[in-house]
Amino acid sequence: MSHWIIAPVALPALMAAILVLVLRGNLGFQRAISLAGTLGLAVIAAMLILAASGSGPEVYFLGDWPAPFGIVLVLDRLSALMVLLTAVLALVVLVYAIGADWDKMGRHFHAIYQFQLMGICGAFLTGDAFNLFVFFEVLLIASYGLMLHGGGRDRMRAGFQYVAFNLIGSTLFLFALATIYSVTGTLNMADLAVKLQTLPPGDVALIRVAAVLLLLVFAIKGALVPLHFWLPGAYAHAPGVVAALFAVMTKIGAYAALRFGTLVFPPGLEATATLYRDVLLPAALVTLVVGAVGVLGAVTLPRLAAFAAIASMGMVFVGISAFTPAATSAALYYIVHSTLAGAALFLVSDLAMRRRAHGRLDAVLPPMAQGGLLAALFLVAAIASAGMPPLSGFIGKLLILSAWRDAAWLVWSFILAATFVMLVGLARAGSQLFWKAHDGQARATSHPPEPWAFTAVITLIGLMAGIAVLAGPITAWLDVTAAGLYDPSTYIEANRLYQEP
Amino acid sequence: MEVLIALAIGLLTATGIYLLLRQRTFAVILGLSFISYAVNVFIFAAGRVQTKAIPIIGTGDVFTDPLPQALVLTAIVISFGMTAVIVIMALGAYLESGHDRVDMVEHEDDR
Repeated sequence: MSHWIIAPVALPALMAAILVLVLRGNLGFQRAISLAGTLGLAVIAAMLILAASGSGPEVYFLGDWPAPFGIVLVLDRLSALMVLLTAVLALVVLVYAIGADWDKMGRHFHAIYQFQLMGICGAFLTGDAFNLFVFFEVLLIASYGLMLHGGGRDRMRAGFQYVAFNLIGSTLFLFALATIYSVTGTLNMADLAVKLQTLPPGDVALIRVAAVLLLLVFAIKGALVPLHFWLPGAYAHAPGVVAALFAVMTKIGAYAALRFGTLVFPPGLEATATLYRDVLLPAALVTLVVGAVGVLGAVTLPRLAAFAAIASMGMVFVGISAFTPAATSAALYYIVHSTLAGAALFLVSDLAMRRRAHGRLDAVLPPMAQGGLLAALFLVAAIASAGMPPLSGFIGKLLILSAWRDAAWLVWSFILAATFVMLVGLARAGSQLFWKAHDGQARATSHPPEPWAFTAVITLIGLMAGIAVLAGPITAWLDVTAAGLYDPSTYIEANRLYQEP
Repeated sequence: MEVLIALAIGLLTATGIYLLLRQRTFAVILGLSFISYAVNVFIFAAGRVQTKAIPIIGTGDVFTDPLPQALVLTAIVISFGMTAVIVIMALGAYLESGHDRVDMVEHEDDR
């Protein structure tokens, strides 16, 4: 049994403890330890994904308790992919945070950042539904700290709304889990998958209620319309660097919906049948439209990036809601792309915000320092967010379109129309930011060049170009991953239910 | 017994939802607390309502399910911590902006 499976949870926890207990006075050491820890996480994640590609799902029994009684972590291709995505994004965003001195604006940035990574990795790895709730809370409480980093009146108020919304989500999660437990007597996800197959007819209604409650929770996390209202305010008022890391947090909702929709409530299950598909598809299509219209109508630059994040979640959920292997593989590709693209857009918007007096798009302000480079980066980030060639978003969108070929008239028209509206919105924002006539003599504002911050953004763009170039091998790998999700027998066997571990 | 517990959970939830929809942070926090009490009782009831049953150790025929009690303990600890966090945030927002409305005033929103 490989003990490395718990490393993505244990390592950030250890780093956070060291950071907050030993190094709290020394920012230089904090930066070094935080970077080293995140780099270590990325290396471990790369090892895990190699291990997961080689063999089937592998289970780590915490405390060596046998499966449905103890808590398990499960490493399969999907969770390894999400952990690797988190680690890579975290590393790039951390370089940006250090390069742009965001960690100087408040205390304990690095410690909270590591706790955040612990929660996210744990949520991706756990094989137990109640443990998933616990890791949700870990990542949420860290995200509250990160979101308020730097302080300020608007950030506090937006933060209150964010916390209140998520607390309601947590409560719904608990209602759902208690309902499931009262029917099945277990919360291990593999055990649930087995027990729900032989559900007495009298309990079907309860399980359907629990399934919908769970979906509501995941929709809150994934900012699915009509449960998206927390996102624009929270992401627009959070520090830009934190919003960039949050690009992977919305994906947790998508991951959880995919995991439960394929393992616990698969389309073949009699009790829930096509419930997830029927609910998710309309919501996803409307999310796409709301995000695109929001991009077009956004008043400030951070809000524009936030609505682009909502639109990207709409695309992801359109892919997931089909619940077919081809569409799931496409959705996974788009999850990887949109995480990188969303983070790039938030970071570029943060770079611009640091060089402008405020973020309003309709104001005429003096040209920005490093305006040329910034305009180029905004163009590339906008192309990526809208899903235009040559970056990876184009391939992701094509894959999702192709997977939905049998309902083309509905899904295609929504996706293509939303993409067009987003394109117009991003083009409008870019031209207002960088081209709109400034009064003649205004000189560019001066600002330190921040080379590491720019390096981080360019790295994100390079990664997107990389997954576009390697799209063939990556989609082949994702096809196997998606096929594995729809044949959960190996996942269930790996849990060795009711046997000595 | 079952009816009483169900009524209590329903009443707590209804009160919580009503308070959640208020515009002031204090009422919203109270509402969140009520809902978290409701869910705690609900989890507890998920292990079935039994009287005079043996917890874990002891002799007899009827045992209670100990797992919901462990779950509810976790839930209580987490919701307690979260309530503390949101109280501090509400205080911070009140002190910095001088009012305790939950919604954003128009000019606040454009940063």
